[in-house]
Amino acid sequence: MLIRALHDEGVDLIWGYPGGAVLHIYDALFKQDKVEHILVRHEQAATHAADGYARATGKPGVVLVTSGPGATNAITGIATAYMDSIPMIVISGQVDSSLIGSDGFQETDMVGISRPIVKHSFMVQNPQDIPMVVKKAFYIATTGRPGPVVIDIPKDVTDPSRKFKYQYPESVKLRSYSVPGKGHTGQIKKAVEILLAAKRPVIYTGGGVVQGEGSALLTELVTLLGYPVTNTLMGLGAYPASDNQFLGMLGMHGTYEANMSMHCSDVVLGIGVRFDDRVTNSIAKFCPGAKILHVDIDPAAISKTVVADVPIVGSVTSVLEEMLELIKQSDTDVDRAAIDQWWKQIEGWREKDSLKVIPAPDDVIKPQQVIQCLYDITDGDAYVSSDVGQHQMFAAQYYKFDKPRRWINSGGLGTMGFGFPAAMGVQMAFPDAVSVCVTGEGSIQMNIQELATCLQYQLPVKIVCLNNQALGMVKQWQDMQYGGRYSHSTYAESLPDFIKLVEAYGHVGVRIEKLSELKQKMAEAFALKDRLVFIDVLVDPMEHVYPMAIKGGAMKDMYLSKTERT
Amino acid sequence: MRHIISMLLENEPGALSRVVGLFSQRNYNIESLTVAPTDDHTLSRLTITTMGDDRKIEQITKHLNKLVDVVKLVDLTEGAHIERELMLIKVKATGAQRDEIKRTTDIFRGQVVDVTSTIYSIQLVGTSEKLDGFLAAISGTTILEVARTGVSGISRGEKVLSV
Ligand SMILES: Cc1ncc(C[n+]2csc(CCOP(=O)(O)OP(=O)(O)O)c2C)c(N)n1
Ligand SMILES: [Mg+2]
Repeated sequence: MLIRALHDEGVDLIWGYPGGAVLHIYDALFKQDKVEHILVRHEQAATHAADGYARATGKPGVVLVTSGPGATNAITGIATAYMDSIPMIVISGQVDSSLIGSDGFQETDMVGISRPIVKHSFMVQNPQDIPMVVKKAFYIATTGRPGPVVIDIPKDVTDPSRKFKYQYPESVKLRSYSVPGKGHTGQIKKAVEILLAAKRPVIYTGGGVVQGEGSALLTELVTLLGYPVTNTLMGLGAYPASDNQFLGMLGMHGTYEANMSMHCSDVVLGIGVRFDDRVTNSIAKFCPGAKILHVDIDPAAISKTVVADVPIVGSVTSVLEEMLELIKQSDTDVDRAAIDQWWKQIEGWREKDSLKVIPAPDDVIKPQQVIQCLYDITDGDAYVSSDVGQHQMFAAQYYKFDKPRRWINSGGLGTMGFGFPAAMGVQMAFPDAVSVCVTGEGSIQMNIQELATCLQYQLPVKIVCLNNQALGMVKQWQDMQYGGRYSHSTYAESLPDFIKLVEAYGHVGVRIEKLSELKQKMAEAFALKDRLVFIDVLVDPMEHVYPMAIKGGAMKDMYLSKTERT
Repeated sequence: MRHIISMLLENEPGALSRVVGLFSQRNYNIESLTVAPTDDHTLSRLTITTMGDDRKIEQITKHLNKLVDVVKLVDLTEGAHIERELMLIKVKATGAQRDEIKRTTDIFRGQVVDVTSTIYSIQLVGTSEKLDGFLAAISGTTILEVARTGVSGISRGEKVLSV
C-alpha cells in the first residue's frame, strides 16, 4: 500500500536501508518494479543522496529507514535539508503500535527527535490512512517554502495481512496550511518605484530563486535594469556567473566587489534570501545607507534579522513577473547616469581582483588552481556538489556556475559528509551528466563507505579531493584567531592511502602532486566516463580562503590576504 | 510587553508539542499556557502568554502560523479583550486569621470552596493581575498550595476566532 501510494505520487526512486521495522515494506518493494530502491551503506548517506537528487531536479527526494538507529542516523541529513529548505520525504519504520512507549527494541520517538528539523511530521495510525498521509506529506514538503517531512510508520500498520480498499486521493486540502501565491501588488509597486529611482542598487539573491525556479525571470530583470547582481552561497547559478553584471558571491568569503557594493548601496533588492549572518556580518553595521526590499515566500524569513523597508511575501516567479510587467509599463526610467557612475565605482573595486591566484613555487598546487582546472575540463557544465571546508569555498568562488541546480552544497547546516552522497543523488537523476564531488580529505571520510554503493549501482561520480592534510577551515581559524595553535586539526601522519582505498572498493584512483601534471591527469581521470574516479590532489596546506569577513564588522570589512585588509 | 496569543489548533497527537517545542527551540519564553478542546472536537483552543517587544512577538506569531497544526491565531493584546485565569489556593486558616482571610476573599469576589478546621481552599477568577493582587493581600498568611490555570482569553465585541 505504501509503495503503491509512492508510485501514485510519481516517485520512481527511493534511498534506504532495511531493518526489522520496515521488513514488510521491503518485501513489498521486492515484489514490484515501478519504484527503484538504492541500498546505501549508511542512513545518513540516504538522506544526503535524496537531498542531492532533490536539489538537482527540483523533485522531492525519498528516503526509507528502519526504526531506532536507522531513524537516528537519518537525523543529520534531515537537518541539512531543513536548513536549506529542500523537499524530502523520510519514511521511518517504528515498532508495533502496541509497543510504542515501552522502550521496545529499536524504538525511538522519531517524531519527537525530528520535530525541530522538519517542516511537518506524521505518525500513521491506521493502514487505511497511508494514501492520505503520503499525499499530504508530499504536498507539504514541496509547496511554499519546501522542507523535509517525516512519516513514521509502526510495523503493524504495514502488515500485509491487514487489507484495505486502496484509493489514492486526487487532491489534498489542509485548512491549516496555505501556500503564499502572488505578492501584494501595492507592495510590489512601491518596491519597483524605489528600485527605479535607485542610484546605487544591488540585487542580492539566494537559494529561494533556485528552489523557486526563478532564474530565467531574475536574469530578465537584471538585464532589463542593468543593475549589478550578487548571489549567496546557496544561490549560485541563479544568475550566470560568467556574465559581467555578476559581482560574484557575497558574504563571509564573498568577493571584494560584491561586499563593497552591498555596503555602499542605496537600495538592496533581496530575493529568496534570509539575510543570514554569514552574509550580513554585524547586523547593526549592515548596509547603512540602503533601503531594503525583501521578497520571500516565507513571511517568517522577512525582517527576521534585517528589517525590510518593503516586505513582499509571495512566490519568486509571480513577484518577479509582476515586477517585470510594472517596470516595462513604467514612465520613469532607470537613472542611467547614476547607474553608470555606480558601475564605474564597482569596476574600481573589481580591479582589486580579490580572487587572483598567486602561483606557489616548486610546482606546488594551489587549491584554487584545481577548481579552475576542473572548470575548464568540464566546460563549466558539471554538477558540482561539495563537502564543507576550505574546498567548499574555493569551489563556490572559482567554479563559475551559469545554470541553477548545478551547485549542490550544505549551506545552512554546513554538514561534512554531505558532498559524496549528494553527488550520487545527482548521478542517479542524470546518469549521463558529469557529477563531481569537490571534497577534502577530512569530509570525504565522513561518508566514504558509499564507495560500495557506487560500485553496486555503477555510479561514475568523480571525486576531487583537495588534500591539504588537515581540517583546513578549522586550521585557518586557528591561524587567524588562536595564534596558530593547531588544536586537533591536523593528522597528516595517519591519513589513509586513498588510492589503495578506492581500489579496494573496485574504483579508480589518481594522485596528483605537481602543478605541471594537474591538467593532464585531471583530463585523463574525467575521460573515464563510466568509472568512479577518486582524484587525490595534494595542495598547498598553508593556503587560506580570502576574502574573509572580519568578525563584528560591516560587509566592507574584510581580510584580503594574510597581510592585507580593507 | 506581555502578549496573549490565542490559537485554534488541530486536535491531533503531537500538535501541542510542536507549539511548545517552537518556543524552546527559538528561545521564546512561555509565561502561561492553557489548552482544551473547543465545541468542535477536531479543534483545540490554546492560549499562551509571553513577553517580548513587537519584533519578537511578530516573529513568534509568524512561526506559529507556519506550523501546519495551527489553523488560526490572534494576538488578543492587539485589541480590546477579556482575559481570565482561575486560581485555587490552599491557606492555613486558624484563629483571628480565619475571618480576615474570608473578608479578603469576599472583597476579591472569591469563594471558599473547601474548609477544615485549620484550612481554607479558595477559588478565585479574574485577570492575572487580580490574582496577583489577592496573593499580595493575603501575604501575611501561610500559603500551602497555589494552582493557577494560566490565562484564557477572548476578544471583545464582534471579533471572532473561528475557522
Ligand atoms: C559534521 C561536521 N563536523 C564538524 C564540522 C566543522 N568543520 C567545518 S570545516 C571543517 C574542516 C573540514 O576539513 P576538510 O574536509 O579536509 O576540508 P578543508 O577545509 O581542509 O578543505 C570542520 C571540521 C562540520 N562542518 N561538520
Ligand atoms: Mg582538508
